[in-house]
Amino acid sequence: MGPLIPNGVIPYEWNSIIAIIIGIAFGFVLEASGFSSSRKLAGVFYGYDFAVLKVFFTAALVALIGILYMDYLGYIDMSKLYVHPTYLWGAIIGGAVMGIGFVAGGFCPGTSLCAVAIGKIDAIIYVIGIMIGVFIFSELYILFQPIYEGYFEGNITLMDSLGVNRYWFVFIFTIIAIIAFIVSDIIRKKQKKIFY
Amino acid sequence: MKIDNQKNRHVYWNPYFGGFLLGIIILFTFYMTGRGLGASGAMKSSVVAIVDTVTPEHAEANAYYSKFIKDNESPMNTWLVFEALGVLIGAFISGGLSGRIGWRTQHSPKITSKRRLAFALGGGILFGLGAQIARGCTSGAALSGMAVLSTGGFITMLAIFGTGYLVAYFFRKNWI
Repeated sequence: MGPLIPNGVIPYEWNSIIAIIIGIAFGFVLEASGFSSSRKLAGVFYGYDFAVLKVFFTAALVALIGILYMDYLGYIDMSKLYVHPTYLWGAIIGGAVMGIGFVAGGFCPGTSLCAVAIGKIDAIIYVIGIMIGVFIFSELYILFQPIYEGYFEGNITLMDSLGVNRYWFVFIFTIIAIIAFIVSDIIRKKQKKIFY
Repeated sequence: MKIDNQKNRHVYWNPYFGGFLLGIIILFTFYMTGRGLGASGAMKSSVVAIVDTVTPEHAEANAYYSKFIKDNESPMNTWLVFEALGVLIGAFISGGLSGRIGWRTQHSPKITSKRRLAFALGGGILFGLGAQIARGCTSGAALSGMAVLSTGGFITMLAIFGTGYLVAYFFRKNWI
């Protein structure tokens, strides 16, 4: 019965080793998908490369459908999984700031680590930038505290917020993703080719 | 088997195949640990560890650093730091197999590498700041949050990509 480590099926001492193994798989897949290239990543915002959209939504859907299946079959207890908490304005403002950072820098933290691993100097500078950003946030924490701790809605899911059936939601979300994939291919064909 | 590295450099996996495997990894992570993946957490731990080493009094007095400082244990001893080390190893293996390893600054031919590095630094600062405000980045908040249908995860995802499209026009010279 999963999750295995919190339920004591696998001893807690294995946690760090499993973390490294999962990290290796994560890094390998990101790099092999081309996410160590900032110009490929930025393509999603200009319509010349939609790898980010395709990888990101395929991954989210595979994980989501997999978790629902495993919960249904009794291999995993979905109520024991950690649900990212919802701090309404923190999520919106933080996400907006990250969005500007994404277009300006061309990476997100996970992809920048992959690019650091293969020697991209811009990625090394980007990671230093992230650390400066964390430092600024921490030093000015008093200023950010109201958004960071305020507007807390709990560890809610879309089922609580929208009141929809989760299976129907996943079904509709899948249809939306497939439409987005088709539309992205049409847009890409109309854009000027960019070589990088 | 001889691999032609010059030809292979820009050949990446099919995005649906990469996305499928990434989804399986997220599923496996939830099955094992009950939590999702992350990336910015390791950088936060690094900053906490550096500040805690340089000025321990300041770190303990600060309301944010002190959340992550434990007695008799380094702030670096977290799941996400080990995972990030794995990411570096995994990406290095993948890049090595395809001949993509080498020191270089990647940028559009229309801009100088100095300009690219300046924007990378600025973008990094903003992303680091935003990831703290939203309690996670594209991996920890958006992707792992979406896998368990977290409302906050979906909002963060929409905010990141929505704002990205809104401001993309102003940064177009850097990319196209």
